[in-house]
Amino acid sequence: MRPIYLIPLALFLFFAGLAGYQLTQEKMQTIPSQMVEQPLPEFTLAPALEGMPGATRADFVGGQPRLLNIWASWCLPCIAEAPHLERLKEEGVEIIGIAVRDRPEAVADFLDRYGNPYTKIGSDDISELMLEIGASGVPETYVIDADGNIRYQHIGDVRADTVPQLLEILEDVR
Amino acid sequence: MIRSVVAALTLFGGLFAAPILAQQSMPPAPYAYVQLEDPVLEAEATELMETLRCLKCQSQSINDSDAPMAGDMRHQVRSRILAGESPTQIRSWLVERYGDYVSYEPEVSSTTWPLFAIPLLLLGVVALILLRRLGKRRSETGGHS
Repeated sequence: MRPIYLIPLALFLFFAGLAGYQLTQEKMQTIPSQMVEQPLPEFTLAPALEGMPGATRADFVGGQPRLLNIWASWCLPCIAEAPHLERLKEEGVEIIGIAVRDRPEAVADFLDRYGNPYTKIGSDDISELMLEIGASGVPETYVIDADGNIRYQHIGDVRADTVPQLLEILEDVR
Repeated sequence: MIRSVVAALTLFGGLFAAPILAQQSMPPAPYAYVQLEDPVLEAEATELMETLRCLKCQSQSINDSDAPMAGDMRHQVRSRILAGESPTQIRSWLVERYGDYVSYEPEVSSTTWPLFAIPLLLLGVVALILLRRLGKRRSETGGHS
């Protein structure tokens, strides 16, 4: 048999091996936003609860870099990240919250239980801002520089080891 | 006795209250489950929604998904179509934010070009082999006659 006839078999084995290898790899679960390094889009969101201001793009312009935290009272990982956001607040970071598909009573109840690290909370009832900034889930945290540009996206809850990472990025984009 | 019954009932009720609080109880976006009045525009929107990928349930189109986020995306598509935007504009608005990931319509880009190039390459190779073989056969038969 001429060796040329082995080429299809070799190709088949190569692709079967490739497919087998891909099956052992972890599935890509996160969809990174393409809006990183882009200006934060214009938006105005109503207050998510009584007694606290809502959020607009202008809140992110001037002064220090800030964090934009997308969360919800119905989101379990958001409970886990609450103490770490509190630590960021203690470090002097301004965190502006966006409550997704949430009710004012539920927001107030969540803040009573798990603390309130936010200076403002806007209410995003129909994922308007989420879609504008390329967020695909709750929670997500964005670093916004003082010129109102999105500089970093953290997908998932903020954990103990995310805190120093975020502080470093906030310092870098100053 | 009564006090302990009340306490038990409160505890029992509490067990149910907590998960209910944790539910997403917001009404869906206006155009999440409501069709556009104009059937032509609605058809245009549906056609687009069938080719946009749900971000929460990654193997469904937003037209097929009941995830709240897919509803919010349908609302965006329908209200933008109603406002006069073209399906192409809406698709690129989403691709700008989520990358090719959000679109089920394959497009040639820096990562997808091999998908389009490889079949053409293979067809070229097949054509080449065929031509050579046919050419050879023709010259062989030519030799006999």
